[in-house]
Amino acid sequence: MSAASKSGSPVLAVFRRELASYFATPVAYVFIVIFLVLSGAFTFYLGGFYQRGQADLQPFFNFHPWLYLFLVPAVSMRLWSEERKSGSIELLLSLPITMWQAVLGKFLAAWAFIGIALALTFPIWLTVNYLGDPDNGVIFASYLGSLLMAGSFLAIGACLSAASRNQVVAFILTVAVCFVLLLAGFPMVQDVFRAVAPAALADAVAQFSFLTHFAAIAKGVLDLRDVLFFVLSIGFWLLACSVVIDLKKAD
Amino acid sequence: MIEAQRLCKQYGGLMAVNDVSFRVEPGQVLGFLGPNGAGKSTTMKMLAGFLAPSSGRAAVCGHDVVSDSIAARRCLGYLPEGAPSYGEMTPLGFLEFIADVRGLSGDLRKRRLADVLGRLHLDTVLEQPIETLSKGFKRRVGLAQAILHDPEVLILDEPTDGLDPNQKHEVRELIQSMAADKTIIISTHILEEVHAVCSRAVIIAKGRLLADATPAELERRSRYHGAVSLTTPDAVAAKEGLSRLADVSAVEIDAQDGRLTAFPSAGKQIFDSVSGYLREQGIGFSELQLEQGRLDEVFRSITRSGEPLLTDAEVAR
Repeated sequence: MSAASKSGSPVLAVFRRELASYFATPVAYVFIVIFLVLSGAFTFYLGGFYQRGQADLQPFFNFHPWLYLFLVPAVSMRLWSEERKSGSIELLLSLPITMWQAVLGKFLAAWAFIGIALALTFPIWLTVNYLGDPDNGVIFASYLGSLLMAGSFLAIGACLSAASRNQVVAFILTVAVCFVLLLAGFPMVQDVFRAVAPAALADAVAQFSFLTHFAAIAKGVLDLRDVLFFVLSIGFWLLACSVVIDLKKAD
Repeated sequence: MIEAQRLCKQYGGLMAVNDVSFRVEPGQVLGFLGPNGAGKSTTMKMLAGFLAPSSGRAAVCGHDVVSDSIAARRCLGYLPEGAPSYGEMTPLGFLEFIADVRGLSGDLRKRRLADVLGRLHLDTVLEQPIETLSKGFKRRVGLAQAILHDPEVLILDEPTDGLDPNQKHEVRELIQSMAADKTIIISTHILEEVHAVCSRAVIIAKGRLLADATPAELERRSRYHGAVSLTTPDAVAAKEGLSRLADVSAVEIDAQDGRLTAFPSAGKQIFDSVSGYLREQGIGFSELQLEQGRLDEVFRSITRSGEPLLTDAEVAR
């Protein structure tokens, strides 16, 4: 007898169903292979892993935000739009389960899936430990920061996937929103805000820059504020997700 | 028990469901009839806790579907329109998931799973992805999901839609076998189904509830109720003669099968006088039949006129 059936936790039931559904289709395998190949290619060719002559994983983690920018929306786009398209959302939300449990269960499954893909990059950690003597504390912090950022992207994607029945629309919207948030502290986005909004608002927007918060964690500085930033981002976007589902489920 | 009081659902400017009230007791099977887009599915979605009513209230087993939604959903089994499920899952995996969410465990879980798999004959397809199954099997998986926790209340949105005649028959038998101790609502636009399974029927059109009666009561509203139909080689002469009879208000000949139907004046019996007349005149006839009334005709006249059906008492007045 499984744990879920014993405890009867609907979140766990939704989580397990969702996670299993990734591996029931080629989606999971395609995603994992592409993620591993790209992260390897970026690290060794663009990041100059060997040439730097340093035993750390900076060149590996530096490219994660850009990898996630396209790969995470590909995972999140089907989260809710597929449920709405197939009508299974009506089944799911008429089971004795609250909206929040459904949203959380599905999100955690997608996050765990990305976590699995991220965990499968362990050979690079073995490599760097074989080649030199890296600070494994920093590497651990970087992995955590990377996972948190992926979670934030996913939560955004979940919300936008709930807003559209069309997966392609959900994908493009998610990429766009993630891109803006990623670069919120950088001139490309800041210049736009400074042109149309007061400086205080532009400064506030800069505080939401994913890249800034990620960079801090990736350097090995595990500041509670950065962790909290990502956790709150996830919470906010999931809350928005449940509101959007509630508004859109009628049509 | 299901109770709906002045239920309304508004989409923008459109009243999809407008002031619908009814009550279904255990042991009853209520049929929801109505044209497509009449508001049947919307009403069911509100009862199932999927959509919140714009106004009015509904309760399932005494639990309000909005304020006490989870408790209401626990005692309810719901088959959404089209029997959606997760296509990549197998029927067994899907039902295990439903059992997990519904918190079924131990012996009860095993018993219930074995029971629904047996009742719906799913044993042969347990390990095939649902998306590869035929329509009939998909529908049965949806039904299995709805009855898995042996709910007190069942809401089935078009349970037989798209099934072949044998499958329809099986699903009706299943509903009948569960009807004794459960409260059941089914929606359908197959009128023969109303006779086959429903103890009561409501007709909904343009969001409004226009009739709430037993199938027999509905038929009594038909102009065919008490009419006498027959086949005769000499239809034209028979029509002449029969229309002169007292208590016969009209005689019609069906353009397709040439069958002749004599309609009675309100509240009169004409079977004996019609058959007596035919024998007297020596007009040959066959398949002489007293009509009970035609549901499809009642359905059409009610849904087209949009006028509420009068009760027996109102008609007598």
